[in-house]
Amino acid sequence: MNNKDYRTIWSERLGMNESGPILEARNIEVERGGSTILNIPSLQIKEGEILSLIGPNGAGKTTLLQTLSYLLKPFQGEIFFKGKKVETNHSVLEYRRRLAMVFQEPLLFDTTVFNNVASGLKIRRMEKKKIRDMVMEELDRFGISHLKDRSVKTLSGGEAQRTSLARAFVLQPEILLLDEPFASLDPPTRDSLIEDLDHILRQTRTTTIFATHDRMEALRLSDRVAVMNGGRILQMGFPGEVMNQPVDEWVASFVGVETILTGRVVKEGHGTFFVSVEGQEIEVVGRAHLGEKVVLCIRPENVTLSTHPSRERSSARNVLTGKIEKIVSLGLYQKVQLNCGFPLVAYVTNHSLEELLLTEGKEVEASFKATAITAIRKGES
Amino acid sequence: MDLILEGIKKAFWLLVTLDPEVMGITLLSLQVSGTATLVSLLIGISVGVAVALSRFTGRRIVISLINTGMGLPPVVVGLFVTIFLWRNGPLGFFGILYTPTAMIIAQAIIATPIVMGITLAAIQQLPQKLRLQILALGATRLQMVWILIREARLPLLAAVMAGFGGVISEVGASIMVGGNIKGYSRVLTTATVMETSRGNFDIAIALGIILLLLAYFINLILTQIQQKTRPR
Repeated sequence: MNNKDYRTIWSERLGMNESGPILEARNIEVERGGSTILNIPSLQIKEGEILSLIGPNGAGKTTLLQTLSYLLKPFQGEIFFKGKKVETNHSVLEYRRRLAMVFQEPLLFDTTVFNNVASGLKIRRMEKKKIRDMVMEELDRFGISHLKDRSVKTLSGGEAQRTSLARAFVLQPEILLLDEPFASLDPPTRDSLIEDLDHILRQTRTTTIFATHDRMEALRLSDRVAVMNGGRILQMGFPGEVMNQPVDEWVASFVGVETILTGRVVKEGHGTFFVSVEGQEIEVVGRAHLGEKVVLCIRPENVTLSTHPSRERSSARNVLTGKIEKIVSLGLYQKVQLNCGFPLVAYVTNHSLEELLLTEGKEVEASFKATAITAIRKGES
Repeated sequence: MDLILEGIKKAFWLLVTLDPEVMGITLLSLQVSGTATLVSLLIGISVGVAVALSRFTGRRIVISLINTGMGLPPVVVGLFVTIFLWRNGPLGFFGILYTPTAMIIAQAIIATPIVMGITLAAIQQLPQKLRLQILALGATRLQMVWILIREARLPLLAAVMAGFGGVISEVGASIMVGGNIKGYSRVLTTATVMETSRGNFDIAIALGIILLLLAYFINLILTQIQQKTRPR
């Protein structure tokens, strides 16, 4: 299924012959007020990957990012950058100058947009002409060249966050740390910024650690996902893995048990489009371009099962046949895992399970409405 | 009414003819208060920033002391500076009582807590995370402090104005430690007090007008700088 797809993308991005991780943290522990607020036995970040940290507020995402960037001291444990221990082999300043961090608030300086984007380069005492060229290029990349002489006081929330991102990207960081950079933006602004950032990240191949409490953002941007709660990483893996096979109930309830599919748009209909997934076509309500890559999320409660072919076939309904691979009892519901050429999860009541005589190995018909699918557009890549 | 009109006429005359004595007094006022303000900026800003950025036990007490110091009564300062500089006092061997230097010391003592208190408040009102953001941009600790001071420049200019305004208009300490010696330690405020008590209202009004104009122009210049540094 799509796991394979993520793996392919991942290994392509990393290059199979990649040596060690670019960043490695060992036995990280942070204590505040007598209690442990972060406990990470081991974390490895591969060069070029985008790892998202998802979890609720207070999960330790910010603490982890600030610890990795040596902004939060003291802490126990060791951090290795490109195989060398920070503090022993690199000074903290030298290490920090190879990273960049963007916070939830734009935290801009009270001057022009240009000077803000230039600030990190000025701190590095780069020569003026070079700063100018680099800043102009970055402003252009984030679509804010026209704002260069504006005071940051006059910027909208989206423009301010773009300036903040440009200020980080212009440093050409080897690792980019993003701490919920979209959390305070309104949905349309957020969507357009995510789209641009996604594009820029794929283009620059910047190793990125991205904290968010929004799993759609995580799915959209990342190669790997780490689910955090209570200062620990509960599960880490490819998005499909984490979403489809959560390790425990907490992760399941946080990420939502869903079917996650990756495919390409092959046909456009009236207000709908068709996505080819492992040879099957799935109709989705919405708009997308032909050939575009999309990730589809289907919640199990929206999938209905039947054992005999349905009489009425409404146009906006997807009907697939599949084989039951596994049935897991969830108390009031039964979780049925199907193989329709790709894995599909459905919830059925105990009553219908008995009525339909569902058993492992049986062929059934699964259906779900075109409106019940959340599609995440990943662009043509 | 006549008294005031006559006074203003005389004052105008003294001003346009650039009366040497009045000019001398004005110049000394500027020198003493300007130097005292500079000294207070050096001490006030550095200590203010240090207290704002550090965590130590007793920090609150220090802050409340600084805030109290913002309203230090000049006569009390004058009293203690006089005692210290008195011939038999602890610092009497310097022999600087009744000199402009003593006046600078007293005025700096008055202005420093004002500058320190405003600096402290200005740095503290910057967002906490701004420090992390500056460090994350690769700044050294010194660069971070410098950027924070720059970020707080508007309230800091207010500190300059408040400090200078406080000392140029101050009379109690200046008269006690300077002695109002003609041509040596006589400044605008002490001269105004003396001329008024002698009934020379014309000269007193002239000195008063100069004092007002001085305060106005200094603040005008600083306001210009303040507004210019704020891009539109």
